[in-house]
Amino acid sequence: MTPSRDQREARLASRAVQVAFLIALLVLWYLATTRWRVSPLLLPNPVVVLRDFWNILTTGEFIGDLRVTLTELVIAFTIAAGSGLFVGYLVSRSQYCIQVFEPLFAGIYSVPIILFLPLYVLLFGLGPASKIALGATISFFPIALNTIAGFGYVERTLVIAARSMGASDLQLFRFVLLPAALPVILTGMRMGFTVALLSIIGSETIASLAGLGHRIVYLAEGMETAAMFAYIAFVVAIAAILNTLVSALEARGRRRR
Amino acid sequence: MRRSNPRVATLAKRMTPDKVAIRIVGVSHQFGEATEARHVRALRETSLEIARGELLCLIGPSGCGKSTLLNILGGLIAPTAGAVEVFGKRVRGPMPHDIAFVFQENALFPWNTVFENVNLGMVFQGVPRAEREARAKRAIEAVGLQDFPQHYPAQLSGGMRQRAALARALSLETGILLMDEPFGALDEQTRMILGEDLSVLLSRTEKTIVFVTHSLGEATFLADRVAVFSARPGTIKKIVKVDEPHPRRPDFVTSAKFTSIRNELYALLHDEIRKTVAESSVSAAGAHPP
Repeated sequence: MTPSRDQREARLASRAVQVAFLIALLVLWYLATTRWRVSPLLLPNPVVVLRDFWNILTTGEFIGDLRVTLTELVIAFTIAAGSGLFVGYLVSRSQYCIQVFEPLFAGIYSVPIILFLPLYVLLFGLGPASKIALGATISFFPIALNTIAGFGYVERTLVIAARSMGASDLQLFRFVLLPAALPVILTGMRMGFTVALLSIIGSETIASLAGLGHRIVYLAEGMETAAMFAYIAFVVAIAAILNTLVSALEARGRRRR
Repeated sequence: MRRSNPRVATLAKRMTPDKVAIRIVGVSHQFGEATEARHVRALRETSLEIARGELLCLIGPSGCGKSTLLNILGGLIAPTAGAVEVFGKRVRGPMPHDIAFVFQENALFPWNTVFENVNLGMVFQGVPRAEREARAKRAIEAVGLQDFPQHYPAQLSGGMRQRAALARALSLETGILLMDEPFGALDEQTRMILGEDLSVLLSRTEKTIVFVTHSLGEATFLADRVAVFSARPGTIKKIVKVDEPHPRRPDFVTSAKFTSIRNELYALLHDEIRKTVAESSVSAAGAHPP
């Protein structure tokens, strides 16, 4: 459905307010560093930050850390998606399993799993393995939970109708269960991706040898605040791009089922 | 049940085997075991024969087992006692080549268009690809949805959705059509029009139809025979014949014959509905002591 003109105008208006808000923040930031004499060690001048940001991009010095973080993310998400889909589907096959495991998973997911990071560092060391383990653990739950919800609560009439028309098990899965569950599962995958990214970068700032989170802590400890802010902006940009990409994939998957 | 048995016996004598589409012999059904809390006796010793090309309506109070009986006929539920034969074959599960269903609502796949829904039914049934498109087109035209094959169910009105569900069932070209309150969720005017269209449609096919409904008017208008159920655990209390050729004209509704049959059904049903209501209020009071 195409939005009406009124809707488009309303959305444009709220976009304008959002942009104005961000500009106002930047102006305040600029004023704080020039007029109000906030120490540049705590809050560097935004112009300097922009210059450093540009340096980071043009010299390509970010590539090593970005590669580490993205590799961790891809591996963690692959593990979480594979196991989450598999376990979620198995659980969804019986009402009994749903009753047992759905509250269990939801309960574990509500615990701050980041608490396991020290354990994972002990088990897997300071390198990427401990970040992958944490990211995969956290990302597993939304994927598994949404897979259970997607497959477990398919409208019964649809299944009965398909069976009455002679659908085989495979046909039932391919033409009824999967399309019914897919939107919910895709949402779970998107949520899993987001929390994997969050927890990997977060755990890099706590205990790590490399990666974007590690770089930011390294710069903060060296009092290179302008470069640190530039890296934060870089990570924000990367995260925004990745999340937009994943949301677009989700929307695409929802349409084509 | 004693009362209905002799009549079924004489009916069976009248019908030669090849004229019988569905034979129901002593079917009873209960949900859950007798010791369990959810135990419900839904249907008791019901026997009936349904002729080829006949339209039989099942009416009765809520919970009398008429929908249960329909699901047993279609092989979706295995009865706890008794047996059903369709075209001489014992029903042991869904029989997609002989029996098609139209459900009350929400049985169309919401992610498929009208055309895809009809087509998918034939995929399940195993119709060769080359035949499917022409058959889907024919079925969609038969129910008057030729302008909406690319619409999704959510884009259609409730009446149009049920037309689409009917098209899907028709495309399967089964000898038997089982309809479980197909117009139950629709408003009075829409179901009147659908009923008229169904009568026209059915007079052109040789299908045997079993149609569950709550509406006395709908039953009288559509049926060749109306089976009236008793209160739960239900069985057929009486069968009322409607001697009027298909397709039935809209003014059949205003005729004296229609009114008298409708009144007869009303009288038969009224006592049973009273019984059901009395029983459910007693059990409700028992469940929640003041």
